[in-house]
Amino acid sequence: MTAAPEPLLVATDLRKAYGPTPALDGAELTVRAGEVVAVMGPSGSGKSTLLHCLAGIVTPDSGDVRYRGQQMSLMSDGERSALRRTDFGFVFQFGQLVPELTCLENVAMPLRLAGRRRKDAEALAATWLERLEVTDLAGKRPGEVSGGQGQRVAVARALVGAPRVVFADEPTGALDSLNGERVMRLLTDAAHDTGAAVVLVTHEPRVAAYSDREIVVRDGKSRDMERAA
Amino acid sequence: MSIGHTLLGLLESGPRHGYDLKRAFDERFGHDRPLAYGQVYSTMARLLKNGLVEVDGIEPGGGPERKRYAITDAGVTDVESWLAQPEKPEPYLQTTLYTKVVLALLTGRPAADLLDSQRAEHLRLMRELTRRKSGGDLADQLICDHALFHLEADLRWLELTAARLDQLAAEVTR
Ligand SMILES: Nc1ncnc2c1ncn2[C@@H]1O[C@H](COP(=O)(O)OP(=O)(O)OP(=O)(O)O)[C@@H](O)[C@H]1O
Ligand SMILES: [Mg+2]
Repeated sequence: MTAAPEPLLVATDLRKAYGPTPALDGAELTVRAGEVVAVMGPSGSGKSTLLHCLAGIVTPDSGDVRYRGQQMSLMSDGERSALRRTDFGFVFQFGQLVPELTCLENVAMPLRLAGRRRKDAEALAATWLERLEVTDLAGKRPGEVSGGQGQRVAVARALVGAPRVVFADEPTGALDSLNGERVMRLLTDAAHDTGAAVVLVTHEPRVAAYSDREIVVRDGKSRDMERAA
Repeated sequence: MSIGHTLLGLLESGPRHGYDLKRAFDERFGHDRPLAYGQVYSTMARLLKNGLVEVDGIEPGGGPERKRYAITDAGVTDVESWLAQPEKPEPYLQTTLYTKVVLALLTGRPAADLLDSQRAEHLRLMRELTRRKSGGDLADQLICDHALFHLEADLRWLELTAARLDQLAAEVTR
């Protein structure tokens, strides 16, 4: 056995309220390099808020998120958004692809934003479309593909920039079980191959079964289920 | 599962020896639980007595493993009516999980922890089956999916019960 790798992301005692009721009430979570962590829990329990805090999209009222030892709340907005571009990938339930761009251009976009030349970016994007078995969608726009196909394009886009962490919030929420599982398998295989960690919010147990471990969020508090066992 | 019907069904494609039947069964349906030889021979003896199979040949030497069995017309009819008869759905009305939750509440033990550790146990098996499914052929996938959907149903029930635990506690201890 090798020693457990240093955690990539450590969130401690996160609190966040929108109005009187807290969305997060002392949640915590540790993500290590390369692992897939499922975040489950009832609707409204704070899963998405937790994910947004981890990704530096939402700033918690109190508590601490450290990414590779660096406290995110001490970074400037510019530093945080640079981090999101370079180190993080995102997959949501739907509506994440730019409708005016082709699928290939969508996948190439993170690379273009990072300053890569169009030709290089699109060549790499094409390899990711191939990997997710949607090469034939390259020239289509998101409005012209099915939900399952769109999610595979979204997974390609999330992984194309070689992120260290992929945040996925209900990535299979709009898919039937067969397509949902294909997306999960492609996502987790690709993440394992590239060494990316995945934070996976889902309410489907069969989707959570693709994780290495599970956190349950209830009323804004998290519970590490490995400790429950 | 009705082993008699399954062995009969496997015989429909042609006569087989007992050991050959066992192998065919294990390959397709045995997965985690291969058939014992004794079970094959006692089942074949019963099918023979009921006229659903006949002995098609015996190799010299004696002993049950030397017999070759063939399905009879009555056997074919029997397989056909078994396949046509829908299985009775499992009613799931007597569950150990529910009983444990209620007993925990009645005796003032932490029912929420019980639900959580059960949940972790379920998810652990679901992960294992998911991994096995990823490496398997279509037959493996379908058999694992059957288990996964059932485990998922249990897990959803655990979730729902956890969310209603206070209400249940009030009712059972009233
Ligand atoms: N931008 C916001 N403004 C106001 N309230 C919010 C906002 N975002 C979340 N909330 C509230 O915070 C709580 C937690 O919401 P969150 O979206 O994190 O839940 P969730 O676990 O992701 O739920 P679901 O499973 O339905 O997606 C909810 O009560 C929600 O109404
Ligand atoms: Mg949500």
